[in-house]
Amino acid sequence: MDNIAIELRGIDKSFGLVHANKDINLKVRKGTIHGIIGENGAGKSTLMSILYGFYQADSGEIFVDGKPVSIRDPNTAISVGIGMVHQHFMLVENFTVLENVMLGAEDSQILNKGIAKARQELKRLEKEYALEVNPDALIEELPVGLQQRVEILKALYRRADILILDEPTGVLTPAEADHLFRILGQLKAQGKTIILITHKLREIMAITDEVSVMRRGEMVATRTTRETSVEELAELMVGRRVLLRVEKGESSPGDVKLSVQGLTIKDSRGVTMVDDVSFEVRAGEIVGIAGVAGNGQSELLEAIAGIRKATSGTVLLNGKSVDVTGHRDPAELRARGLAHVPEDRHHVGLVLKFEESENSILGYHHDPRYLNGAFLNIDAIRKDAEEKIAKYDIRPPNARLKTANFSGGNQQKIVLAREMERGPDVLIIGQPTRGVDVGAIEFIHKRIIEMRDQGKAVLLVSVELDEIRSLSDRILVMFAGRVVGERSPEATEGELGLLMAGVEGRKEAAE
Amino acid sequence: MSTPYAKLPGWVEYGLIPLTNLAVAFLVAGLVVLLVGENPFEAAYHLINGAFGRGEYIGFTLYYATTFIFTGLAVAVAFHAGLFNIGGEGQAYVGGIGVALACLWLDQVMPWYVVFPLAILGSAFFGALWAFLPGWLQAKRGSHIVITTIMFNFIASSLMVYLLTRVLKPLGSMAPQTRNFAEGGQLPKLDWLLSIFGLNVGTAPFNISFLLALAAAFGVWVLIWRTKLGYEMRTMGHSPSAARYAGIRESRITVITMMISGGLAGMMALNPIMGEQFRMQLDFVQGAGFVGIAVALMGRSHPGGIIPAAILFGVLYQGGAEIAFEMPSISRDMIVIIQGLVILFAGALENMFRPAITRAFAMRGQRAAAVVQTKGA
Repeated sequence: MDNIAIELRGIDKSFGLVHANKDINLKVRKGTIHGIIGENGAGKSTLMSILYGFYQADSGEIFVDGKPVSIRDPNTAISVGIGMVHQHFMLVENFTVLENVMLGAEDSQILNKGIAKARQELKRLEKEYALEVNPDALIEELPVGLQQRVEILKALYRRADILILDEPTGVLTPAEADHLFRILGQLKAQGKTIILITHKLREIMAITDEVSVMRRGEMVATRTTRETSVEELAELMVGRRVLLRVEKGESSPGDVKLSVQGLTIKDSRGVTMVDDVSFEVRAGEIVGIAGVAGNGQSELLEAIAGIRKATSGTVLLNGKSVDVTGHRDPAELRARGLAHVPEDRHHVGLVLKFEESENSILGYHHDPRYLNGAFLNIDAIRKDAEEKIAKYDIRPPNARLKTANFSGGNQQKIVLAREMERGPDVLIIGQPTRGVDVGAIEFIHKRIIEMRDQGKAVLLVSVELDEIRSLSDRILVMFAGRVVGERSPEATEGELGLLMAGVEGRKEAAE
Repeated sequence: MSTPYAKLPGWVEYGLIPLTNLAVAFLVAGLVVLLVGENPFEAAYHLINGAFGRGEYIGFTLYYATTFIFTGLAVAVAFHAGLFNIGGEGQAYVGGIGVALACLWLDQVMPWYVVFPLAILGSAFFGALWAFLPGWLQAKRGSHIVITTIMFNFIASSLMVYLLTRVLKPLGSMAPQTRNFAEGGQLPKLDWLLSIFGLNVGTAPFNISFLLALAAAFGVWVLIWRTKLGYEMRTMGHSPSAARYAGIRESRITVITMMISGGLAGMMALNPIMGEQFRMQLDFVQGAGFVGIAVALMGRSHPGGIIPAAILFGVLYQGGAEIAFEMPSISRDMIVIIQGLVILFAGALENMFRPAITRAFAMRGQRAAAVVQTKGA
């Protein structure tokens, strides 16, 4: 049993009435990369939080290197050699790399001595694991890929032998993700044990040795990666067979429904977020905008939806001009046939404290169908919501339940049902499946294709390249606020990846 | 991530938790009384007896509660739209102008039931006007409403001093107040309501504006949960970004909400002016605008919670006065401390006992589920 780095026996954890982890058993072998997959809400993050001491299990035991340990807080986790790389980095933005790495492990009250020692140690770590990063650079000036490297260095500096990475590739370009995987390979070669939490099956297949699947708080299976398949893992995650490829026919584009010409957006500080972007979306086609998060896609969507003010440019909706630079009224745009599924459903697309039925009219609450004069027609609103719940299989099927109590996938379905059932001419969708479980992804993708086949013009923004490739009829790639290229969905991931990283784009622009 | 605490049954959420908080507040208040060297049980007796011991005391308690229902509702309406109106004090004060004008104009020629509706409109109008300015400044100029409303309290105070010493004061009088109203400016007491329960209202100024307060509470419920405007207000209150997405105009809702809030605060003036003093005098609001904040917090901004919270503060005011009277070593300021403790535990520390209570219920739920399972097997 010497080669087991971590063993969990019978871990059980409830939050009030929610049973997040049920009798979890897990063995992670030393010097391996162990993947943990599961849908959102399957209990992965809770389990890792218990391992890292953020939460205490209600019952169960944890063994590190065969010895029972009680992990009360992150400090004890670190002292037994467990380090965590968080999904949202926990770095101090205006500190340097060195200061961040030292933070909480300064060794003495007087910093000078510690700094010299830390610098030396950091150099050694960089060399040993090929993790180059300038120790004096400010965190806020580093790209996310490097920030993540700092998080890893932080864990190693605290002499972690076991590293937990929570959804590490969510914010990375494909190239950065590849680099991360090389680093993880190196760490493994040096004898470190790595636990990788992700919902991306491809990553599991690419770099893990073993993989454990969680579903509804239970550990349902552990497989040797070489002996399993993407299909089997998906089935284990969802509990039934899943179609991973979206089936769609040829598109038959019609008239131009949405036309964007020379759109430029500057933020309040005058920084250009979107730079002279032009494109058209026709009826019956899906145009996908690919790009790493933060390259202007969000701002572009908001400007088209009338939420954000554009600096210059024109937008035509159904051939008629939209005043994107002056007075914008999202309600008017809805009346003119534009539907918008925003990227951030928690803060924009939904009011989480509302009943489901109240959210099902958000933005359409002027519709006389839902009103009796100035009063809400509660019966009509609930009935309408119940119809949508049935049609979109929203669970639990309860129009009076608070929206916050639905899972991510079901929340997204609430938004989609609201926007799609109006029969808009133009549908703009941001991150349709972010934080959505695999079963719901399949459903959402099918609905988007259906909208296209009904002759709607669909503009899709997503940071999931796979999603863009499988849904879109044309792909635009954005980098630094500009559209740097248009490709067909047959373009390889490598080609799109280079565009997304701005490499190919710069060449094209130069030519 | 999962929600940290699962949903609790309604009676726990709205009954047990507030009552626990209240009990702890009184416990700590009892310790304070003990520190002063008095018997907390005696103080508690005087508090309860002073508030409920006789029909007259109950009348006083409900008279104060009426005032607090209005100011509590005013704060609550603004809360729903995410606005923190702490200018209820000034809005109520200025609202008094509307009441006074209606009374001074018609009290000698018209009966109260003609003057009262006009006074209601007048008080709501002046209260709304006083809230309109901060609302408009926030909507158009971005001046924060917390700052402007509190400044408007001071302006209201100066304005009223000016009006009551120069404009509304009868000639030859030394007191900064209007003349006394004739019969038409005096609201009938609700003695019949108390006599149903066999109680005698005595000298307590418990008057018909209590019924108006209850009607206003119902009106606020309808407004917030049953109208399109209320829907838009709540959307903005919960999530300004969602409101923008839905095409709800923030500036419009801000101004309208503030006017409704100010109107409700203004209506508070009816109770003391037409119900008790039958004249408008300096400082008749006496902090009720600020108590409204506590009432709204404690009542969770829901009319169904605001009414009991207002009655509780009525008890603290009336019973507190009784304690101060009966036990000289406990001053009026002590009563303020007790009120502060109630606000502290019911408002700021609202979630202190929640985790423990939730855990207890989760355990009970599991046991119940286990019982069902064994029965099923």
